[in-house]
Amino acid sequence: MGAEYVLQMKNITKRYGENTVLEDVSLSVRPGEIHALLGENGAGKSTLMNILFGMPVIHSTGGFGGTVSLDGETVNIHSPHDAMEKGIGMVHQEFMLLPGFTIAENIKLNREITRPNPISRVLGKNLETLDMKAMAKDARKALDSVGMSIDEYTLVQGLPVGYMQFVEIAREIDKKGVKLLVFDEPTAVLTESEADQLIGVMKQIAASGIAIIFITHRLDEVIAAADSITILRDGKLVAVRETKQTNTLELAELMIGRKGESVVSAPDRDKPHGDKVALEVNHLRVDMPGEEVRDVSLKVYEGEIFGIGGLAGQGKIGIPNGIMGLYPAAGEVKVFGQSHELDNPRKSLQSGLAMVSEDRRGVGLLLEQSIEDNIVFNAMQIKGEYLMGLRPLFTLRDGRKIRKVANQMIKDLDIRCTSALQHTGTLSGGNQQKVCIARALLMHPKLLFVSEPTRGIDIGAKKLVLETLVRLNREQGMTIVMVSSELMELRSICGRIAIISEGHAVDVLKATDTDVNFGLAMSGIRPNQEGGSVNG
Amino acid sequence: MRKNVQTLLRDNAVTVMFVVLCVVSFFFSGQSLGYVAYELLGRLSRNAFIVLALIIPIIAGMGINFAITIGAMAAQIAALWVTEWQIPGLGGFAVAALMTIPIAALFGFLIGKLLNRMKGQEMIGGLILGYFANGLYQLLFLFIFGNLIPLHTDGLVIMGSTGVANTIDLHRIASSLDGLWRLNFNTAFYICMAAAIVYCIVRMALKKVSAKKGGIALGVLVAVLALYQIPAIKSGFSSLNIPVVTFAVIGLLCLANVAIMRTRLGQQFRAVGQNMTVANAAGINVDRTRVIAIMISTVLAGLGQLIYVQNFGLFQTYGAHEQVGLYAGAAILVGGASIVRATNGQALLGCILFHTLFIVAPLAGKNLFGDAAIGEYFRVFISYGVIALALVLHAWRGHSAKRDLRALSEKE
Repeated sequence: MGAEYVLQMKNITKRYGENTVLEDVSLSVRPGEIHALLGENGAGKSTLMNILFGMPVIHSTGGFGGTVSLDGETVNIHSPHDAMEKGIGMVHQEFMLLPGFTIAENIKLNREITRPNPISRVLGKNLETLDMKAMAKDARKALDSVGMSIDEYTLVQGLPVGYMQFVEIAREIDKKGVKLLVFDEPTAVLTESEADQLIGVMKQIAASGIAIIFITHRLDEVIAAADSITILRDGKLVAVRETKQTNTLELAELMIGRKGESVVSAPDRDKPHGDKVALEVNHLRVDMPGEEVRDVSLKVYEGEIFGIGGLAGQGKIGIPNGIMGLYPAAGEVKVFGQSHELDNPRKSLQSGLAMVSEDRRGVGLLLEQSIEDNIVFNAMQIKGEYLMGLRPLFTLRDGRKIRKVANQMIKDLDIRCTSALQHTGTLSGGNQQKVCIARALLMHPKLLFVSEPTRGIDIGAKKLVLETLVRLNREQGMTIVMVSSELMELRSICGRIAIISEGHAVDVLKATDTDVNFGLAMSGIRPNQEGGSVNG
Repeated sequence: MRKNVQTLLRDNAVTVMFVVLCVVSFFFSGQSLGYVAYELLGRLSRNAFIVLALIIPIIAGMGINFAITIGAMAAQIAALWVTEWQIPGLGGFAVAALMTIPIAALFGFLIGKLLNRMKGQEMIGGLILGYFANGLYQLLFLFIFGNLIPLHTDGLVIMGSTGVANTIDLHRIASSLDGLWRLNFNTAFYICMAAAIVYCIVRMALKKVSAKKGGIALGVLVAVLALYQIPAIKSGFSSLNIPVVTFAVIGLLCLANVAIMRTRLGQQFRAVGQNMTVANAAGINVDRTRVIAIMISTVLAGLGQLIYVQNFGLFQTYGAHEQVGLYAGAAILVGGASIVRATNGQALLGCILFHTLFIVAPLAGKNLFGDAAIGEYFRVFISYGVIALALVLHAWRGHSAKRDLRALSEKE
């Protein structure tokens, strides 16, 4: 050791073809500190980490400029395995765990403790016998150090999500000679108490001398956990700060770099809406894994922006998915007074509903298709628009019309792309989201579901997305039901907000209700009886 | 409890169906238990090895390795040359085995490389590869051997033409492995039973199993021994001879299959089989692991085919390998394996059931419909049908697992 910094990345520049994604970025991490890496999506955080881990995608696209040094020595990391051997570990955002293995086996995966046997002496180390007991012992030690008492022989299959995250961390800690750990959005899937616990564990790890790079969107967590902070924007280094000398507001500002812009606010939210019911849901039950809806009843009035909030995994996302027919559902749903058939996505679209899915890459987009094809896809398939020729037998896509509407949408929604022909798979998260919204808009829906519209996108894009929703509501009178984990967002644009907990609608609150009421509702407690028209 | 029985039946539908089919066909075939046992022993000794060769690729997530056909080809190439060199007896068998290993390993390496380029479609890939390889095999045996590379042994070349003859006579190495040590069934049976009883008692003494479980196992063993004392049954079996070495080799392979799963390599197979992305992130060389799995499987299949042909004493040059993958795949599925999970027990049980049906079905067909051909058709229909059925059930099981989950959540 001895060197002041465990990791120094100096003057890193990376280009993909003509596109410069990182320009002259430096990152320095001291031993035993928690260093937050902040930045919007597309700011270059993941590229920087890919370089640190020597991912093949970097080397196959011409490498990078600048130097990486560990403990003061310049190193050349040419593969993820190499990075591991040099003492850099990663706690992944999506779990890198094998369900059919025990916790101990997962922790020791590919680093098994083995004993030689007669055959292995001839045929090599790969045939050495596993020493399960020694592996379990090591695993126990690692689990203890992250404060998990669970039996190390338990199968990972069926573990709660939060546990898996800690198993991942235990695995990284167990690696010998680890001096730097990267946490990539570790709290994204955790409940609040789990996230607190995680931050505690991170501090403990740091105290033992291991440096941590903490990548997250949540500014309050940065303030709570990090010692110092590096902020990237558009592939450039914006600032390095010590946590003591900064606060959430300054960080947010540095991150988006547009001073003075506050969160979106929708005027006249308290304006009474008509009594015409746009959507009536009675005793809805939806079988969506991880987001089960058990019994929800709601009324949404025409012309309002209705919010659905709650903690992750409580069922709020299941509501639009169930109504749209994407997951098996039961119950009674009326759309503009007419009975609505469940389990039939096509019917749902035809009856004037549209949805922007929370699963952009899975359900939302055809990643291998161009932006324009994605935008018109539903309108073409369901409504038969943007087609020409002899209908209904012989039709061709109307290229000119499609291009026109696509370009209009790209302009309206500020989709940042090279052209309407760019594949959506290569867009950043925020821009993908905008494509999803554009497609929903072309259906000219009477009622639009937006599910987690701001998940995983940067603040700038967030603002734009929210503003778009408000504009659609105000100018076109579109009824919007927005589902979001971010309460502040809901409170900034919605009139009324239903809070879902454990698959039930706890309460419907006004945006202006007190924090206490929202907090209680989130934890499943109905604040007061006059809080709103609960359950229809 | 009823739920458990239901789940058990559903999870083992193929196996249960086969047990029923076997019993019914046996009843209608009118054959004695002794005859079926005699036939079954022979078939088991020559087929079990190949079926066991399928286990590792299944665990490594590559499904049923239909490309074992190509391993069989390697064995047949070796068998041809051993015949050409006229090496007799066990020596001939050993030379053939030593030749098979590098050839099959090379083939396995190439198959593995190819299958790595078609992840997710290994089964269909292996099947098609078997068909294509057949073309190359014919080129080798019809044109290159006996033509470019002359063969001198009598009867090895097609009379008055070129190319390898239709049938290769292996009388020099025939039964060289089987014949090493044959034991009367009676003796073998008593030895096995004694070993099993001693094993149970030792396990109980060491407290590895509970007294209750051990007691049940002992009771079953004693009951079987008692049952065997019934003269009608005893006389049916007493004329049988067991090829001890062949079965020992099969047993050894079973042990090897278990042992390898307890090594680092075995852990890699299992990891790759569950999730390639995760395995890769852990630094496991996924492609290399898959290639090794296929290589092991291909070499084992080659050795299995060698055991098969030495048992027969001859083989059809252009047909002996063709159905190998299909029959072995069907057999392992019958035993309750799926395309993602397989054990030694399933492979052996499948082998027993599949071949029992093969023995009794033609006879039952003849007795029931007056035509042995119907039973013959039945064989082919069954081997294809079982694979199709297993695939359908695989999909269906995934579906009903989901449904169970839904029912559970509705109950709450």
